[in-house]
Amino acid sequence: MNGVFMKYIDEYRDSKLIETLARSIKSAAEGLYTFMEVCGGHTAAIHRFGIRDILPQNIRLISGPGCPVCVTGKDFIDRAIAMSGIDNCIMATYGDLMRVPGSLFSLEKANASGADIRVVFSALEALDLAERFPERKIIFLGIGFETTAPGTAVALCKAEEKNIRNFFVLSAHKLMPPAMEAIIKDGTGINGFICPGHVATITGSSAFEFISGRYGTACVVTGFEPVDILQSVLMLVNQVNAGMPAVEIQYTRAVTIHGNLRARKYLGQVFEPGDAIWRGLGIVPESGLVLRDRYGRFDASSVFPLSVVTKDDDGKCICGDILRGLRTPSDCTLFGKVCIPSDPVGACMVSDEGACNIFYRYGKHE
Amino acid sequence: MCLSVPARIISIDGDMADVSAGGAIFRAGLQMIDNPREGDYVLLHAGFAIMKISEKEALETLRLLQEMRDSLE
Repeated sequence: MNGVFMKYIDEYRDSKLIETLARSIKSAAEGLYTFMEVCGGHTAAIHRFGIRDILPQNIRLISGPGCPVCVTGKDFIDRAIAMSGIDNCIMATYGDLMRVPGSLFSLEKANASGADIRVVFSALEALDLAERFPERKIIFLGIGFETTAPGTAVALCKAEEKNIRNFFVLSAHKLMPPAMEAIIKDGTGINGFICPGHVATITGSSAFEFISGRYGTACVVTGFEPVDILQSVLMLVNQVNAGMPAVEIQYTRAVTIHGNLRARKYLGQVFEPGDAIWRGLGIVPESGLVLRDRYGRFDASSVFPLSVVTKDDDGKCICGDILRGLRTPSDCTLFGKVCIPSDPVGACMVSDEGACNIFYRYGKHE
Repeated sequence: MCLSVPARIISIDGDMADVSAGGAIFRAGLQMIDNPREGDYVLLHAGFAIMKISEKEALETLRLLQEMRDSLE
């Protein structure tokens, strides 16, 4: 990328626009504000670009539950590891999940001990494995939010169309708005949400309307460059000052009110909402995506029923509280000492979108 | 895994495309977007183009910000 202008990236890193926005925010911010950036991608951008140092002290940004790897419960890892031991199985997963600790060990360690676990970049790549190895059972670990789940749905539709019998999905896909509602009910005192921009490309901004309508929390759907984030902070401040919480779209180049209808159709065809376990939040009603009956023959959880015992946490890792915005990584006694990216204790230290990993990378452990 | 990046469609083959992002070429499923064309900018996410980026809206955002900047100077 050296020296080459990147369309839709460089314009939104313009230092003069950043300066203008910083000045506007400073003059508009007259009280105390707490905004949560729901998405781990936003947390990463905020640290990478030093946004917190640009904002005045009376605006606090806290990280939320929008890191798919981080919110995936230990029980899911344990189940995946147990399934990887099924005869003739190839487990296909996004790379981030490999190092997340389960009760006893991670998928990476299971792989090293002989299980066939392969990293894929997309659900279609996992489906390719099923076509290439018809005698093997391919189990794809479906994690991620509304942005990632349609890809799993496309792969399942193709599997049905091509009558592929050896492709299975273990779904831990999750929905963002119910988790945001759970966080408000937790009482973290958030004035506004920097809403996840890429989730909203699929769902549309309308998915967040009940949050401003029912709970009076300001919402701005936000892009991922520094100008995007600062413009959204200004929009949130203005909403709070006016006492008129609503859902606004800052990221208009990618987000509409109703979202991506094709992707939503795939989602609706393959999945239905079900209760889901979130690390930190526990069981959140209707916040997960489970395969509809029609796709039951692809559902790894019913085709390969296994009983799995998950060990309780020892209580030292505070990943759960961090995902709820109650504490920050620097509040954790393990952070940067026992728990580091190369030897993570909790999921938030594993993923590039995990708050602990991000804080560590940008030097907040010193 | 959950990051999406702007990418340009280089070539289309059925419902798949080669897209260029940050100097590298990736395969991307086109199932979720309407009328993809070579040269279109899309958001690439976990091996799929999940949305076309709107040039008109991108320019409009920048124009409004530019106005704000001019009014402060």
